[in-house]
Amino acid sequence: MFLKQTGKTQPSTDTRLQPWVEKYRPQSIDEVSAQEHTVAVLKKALTSTNLPHMLFYGPPGTGKTSTILALARELFGPQNFRSRILELNASDERGISIVREKIKTFARQTPRRTPEDSAYPCPPYKIVILDEADSMTQDAQGALRRIMETHSRITRFCLVCNYITRIIEPLASRCSKFRFTPLSSSATLSRLEHIAASESIAVSPQAFKALITTSDGDLRRSITYLQSAARLSLSVSSTGARPITPADIQEIAGTVPDPVVLRFLAALGVDPPPGSDDAMDVDGDESAFIKPPRVTGFNGVRDVVKEIMRAGYSTAQLIIQIHDVMIHHPILTSRQKAQCALIFAEADKALNDGGDEELQLLEVGMRVHKALL
Amino acid sequence: MSLWVDKYRPRTLDALHYHKELSERLASLAASGDFPHMLFYGPSGGGKKTRIACTLRELFGPGVEKLKIDQRVFETPSKRKLDVNIVQSNFHIEITPSDVGIYDRVVIQEILKEIAQTQQVDLSAKQRFKVVIINEADSLSRDAQAALRRTMEKYMSNMRIILCANSTSKLIAPIKSRCLLMRVAAPSEVEMEAALRHVAKEEKFDLPDNACEEIIKDSGGNLRKALLVLEALKMQSFTRFISNINIAKPDWESYCGKVAELIIQKQTPDQLYELLSHCIPPTVVLKTIADRVVDMVDESLKGDIMHWAAFYEVRMRIGSKKIFHLEAWVIKVMSLQKHMYYGVDLTGVGFETVANVQQFIMEVLDGGIVQIVGGAICGRNMKGRFVAEL
Repeated sequence: MFLKQTGKTQPSTDTRLQPWVEKYRPQSIDEVSAQEHTVAVLKKALTSTNLPHMLFYGPPGTGKTSTILALARELFGPQNFRSRILELNASDERGISIVREKIKTFARQTPRRTPEDSAYPCPPYKIVILDEADSMTQDAQGALRRIMETHSRITRFCLVCNYITRIIEPLASRCSKFRFTPLSSSATLSRLEHIAASESIAVSPQAFKALITTSDGDLRRSITYLQSAARLSLSVSSTGARPITPADIQEIAGTVPDPVVLRFLAALGVDPPPGSDDAMDVDGDESAFIKPPRVTGFNGVRDVVKEIMRAGYSTAQLIIQIHDVMIHHPILTSRQKAQCALIFAEADKALNDGGDEELQLLEVGMRVHKALL
Repeated sequence: MSLWVDKYRPRTLDALHYHKELSERLASLAASGDFPHMLFYGPSGGGKKTRIACTLRELFGPGVEKLKIDQRVFETPSKRKLDVNIVQSNFHIEITPSDVGIYDRVVIQEILKEIAQTQQVDLSAKQRFKVVIINEADSLSRDAQAALRRTMEKYMSNMRIILCANSTSKLIAPIKSRCLLMRVAAPSEVEMEAALRHVAKEEKFDLPDNACEEIIKDSGGNLRKALLVLEALKMQSFTRFISNINIAKPDWESYCGKVAELIIQKQTPDQLYELLSHCIPPTVVLKTIADRVVDMVDESLKGDIMHWAAFYEVRMRIGSKKIFHLEAWVIKVMSLQKHMYYGVDLTGVGFETVANVQQFIMEVLDGGIVQIVGGAICGRNMKGRFVAEL
């Protein structure tokens, strides 16, 4: 629920209904969590009011869009924000015709002179933000090349993307690049705590931990999960307050509960890694899963697979989680792990090609089982 | 008279037989006014649709049950006309965009924009927003999902989306993170028994224990199937439920069983084509036959057979001619079995067997090329696509 606010959307919508990712989007560049290096460089640019073309890249939810929006807000202030910024979300408006018409006309306009008494630096250029630029076609990117150069006196471009390799080389070389790293767990935690405090909801440390592990470094995802969890706990708590538990978070995130994963692994012949007992205590309600019966062999695996399919868990998600457990497993040999990694890779490809979930899970199960014999 | 499945479908959240906790959550979400986008997922026959319908009723009152069916025509950018069936009430609209294949994006964009731009005019309506239910969301194309992503953010004030899918594997992450995920697991045996007994009680007949057990075992967690079987059995036995029952399987299922037997005993997969020509989805055919075959063979072969089933199933999706891959798999199974019983090694030694299989592939490929590369047989069809490999 990452409402890309272009300034055109009316801010009058009820804040209660507003997604928290939008509500708690950083308003100034100092507020941006982590990314110290990028922030330091940009602040320098802010004081000198001379900005290069920029290319922000990094995994989702690391604050790329937030940073550029905050920067623009600090440069131009709320009044000029609208006229100086063109934000294009490449997910629906892309293609060469948009570049030729919309971007070119905007880039061509000379910005209006700003009043002297403005509190903001308001430098004499405009910014074009191209969000999700990696989904732009090669042609569209090619059309940008010349526009970027001819109008560089009055227009700066900021490309935001996940994969820098999808940006054509001539564009990338015209920009100064900023890499956004996944957020460390402490940075995520402090942001989440801040939000929980301002929304006055009670979240246990374990729940925070679950939030951080399920979202691995993606702040937007963890905030969305937090909001969903809060929504659920609030709506149930009409009868009595119910704190947010790690199990809630896991259910919302669509991850498979640990007992189920361990049970599947047990059927494959993998002993639960030591130290996972505390994880099993957390979800005490699914007691049916806790005692793994030691049936192995084909039928054992098939039964567990059938059971998992009946419970409706997603194979792709399960494979990710099995992978996490097995790669860090202390007892398995490197050779076994290597073989398993190959199996997972093949299964992931097969699932992406549209393979049947049950067959693929069975396939993974049987092959891992064989590899561990 | 309607089928029991529809007749005894619970209409309200309170009447649902199982997953009480889920129902409570849904009820309180509907009451809270802050209703999110939702994604229901779980195996078929687990009650996803029923729960969605109940939630809608909770949201809007009994008005949602006044349904009308519309046929709408959409036009793609390339001027192609698409007919889509739409079920709608005053408060919600239900579409199955995957009906139109790769043009699902057009339908999604048109319908959602239309809904999103019209506000609720009925002042007495309980909620300001309309609900769009998208069935079979996991077969939506990537483009359609990307189109959804933007609309879900933009029009949150006028519209909520409820997605209904069998699994979340094929949904892109941005969609998943925008929805509240609701997992609807298949009912356990106890829960199914309760539901069956409830129907039996309403219909005023006694359901013998063994019949009940048999039905539940046969249905594999699919309550819809269980209820249909129950009704069929009741019709057969008219007045009184006979205790030794014989659950009639659908034609295709017994057919699959037969093919599986043939594969094992006579080593001919004659009837595969017949199954396909009766519009049984090839994946289902493959899975059912594989399931049967596995029950009949030696333990050491089971893993391999399933491995190749998974392998050819993916090939089937990527390739264009389903029967090639099904037959390739059957050959694979037969050769595995031969290898096992007669110790025939297909890689070069038992050349007569190789010749037989080769001839078979020739027929399958019908004009394609069969090569023997380093002792392995490779079949390529006209386009050069790999279809069989032994």
